[in-house]
Amino acid sequence: MYIVVIGGGNVGVQLAKRLLGRGHEVLLMEKFSDRARRLEGLVGEPNVMVGDGCDLSSQREAGFNRADVVVAVTGEDEDNLIACQLAKEVWNVKRVVARVNDPSHETIFRELGIDDTVSATGIIYNLIEQQIGSSDLVPVGALHRGQMEVVESTVSSRSPLIGRAVREIQLPKDCLLVYTVRGSQGMPVNGDTVLQAGDMVVALVPTQDADALKSVLCSRTMDV
Amino acid sequence: MKVVILGCGRSGAALAISLAKGGHEVSVIDLSPRAMRRLADSPTGRRVIGNGLDLDTLEQAGIKEADAFFALTRGDNTNLMAAQVVQRQYQVPRVMVKVADAERGKAYRKLGLNCLNASAILAGVCEDWLTGAELKPVHDYAAFEAEARMS
Repeated sequence: MYIVVIGGGNVGVQLAKRLLGRGHEVLLMEKFSDRARRLEGLVGEPNVMVGDGCDLSSQREAGFNRADVVVAVTGEDEDNLIACQLAKEVWNVKRVVARVNDPSHETIFRELGIDDTVSATGIIYNLIEQQIGSSDLVPVGALHRGQMEVVESTVSSRSPLIGRAVREIQLPKDCLLVYTVRGSQGMPVNGDTVLQAGDMVVALVPTQDADALKSVLCSRTMDV
Repeated sequence: MKVVILGCGRSGAALAISLAKGGHEVSVIDLSPRAMRRLADSPTGRRVIGNGLDLDTLEQAGIKEADAFFALTRGDNTNLMAAQVVQRQYQVPRVMVKVADAERGKAYRKLGLNCLNASAILAGVCEDWLTGAELKPVHDYAAFEAEARMS
């Protein structure tokens, strides 16, 4: 695949290196020429271009028209948004990915047509949520342009679901429990699976039903 | 009308002062307190120091009740993003964006944003003045310049 990476910061360089290692054709675009010179030593001269990823003539030179994926990972959300929108609208790039630095911009990017966003802050937040074993519904990833979500939840020791088979649990429509991790053992969930306290359950849910699923999976019996 | 202006540079400040004189309720957003000095003691309303891509900042400036929004910073991408946020998130009916890069302006005009390119307008007006042609509506100049560069 031909992948254009915009932004020669740490994220851009590491990403370009990995993609090159996987055998992809990669072009790393960096606006500042002195920085671009230094990048040539890191990812190879032919894989670096001095250019503004939001500038249409640079995009033309970079071959956006034949790019399979454009990834914008600069430290500025506005630059990442505009680069991805132009890639999509002007050059018909099928897959665009934008880094979101301010997590409150994530929904805005989606509304403005950028389906795939990566937010370091969001990822770190989710990791912390997972680490501290919060019994909330933790979003793991978005599917189908953000209309579906993959979520996980740990069964609380006070959950009314303990000891019940999955088929007895009333889930929101179109929602599916797919996998559970018990201790270090992962297993697919079916109707006969009986949940235990501490099980980490992975579910697929339409985004609008996430709250309904949360009230099922994360409910707890009252303290007596 | 209630108007929010992002960017208190020369054009933003001039517009704010003029609209305020005309009796409109104007608030101005800029990152820099220094830039706000351009407003001097003109009767403009709220002056919000902050980032125009930050929803809290926009709301402080009264974007929820605004009839119009102007994105006039010197950053094209900032202007384009702010304008789209304001259109989509807050449904502000009239939005105008300053875009210095003619090609980028043309691309976003196609996507339905009102983009103004100051240098194209200036160049077009100069040319018409020189040749004695009648002045055209502003958008004609912007479109003309972008076409010339694209080809």
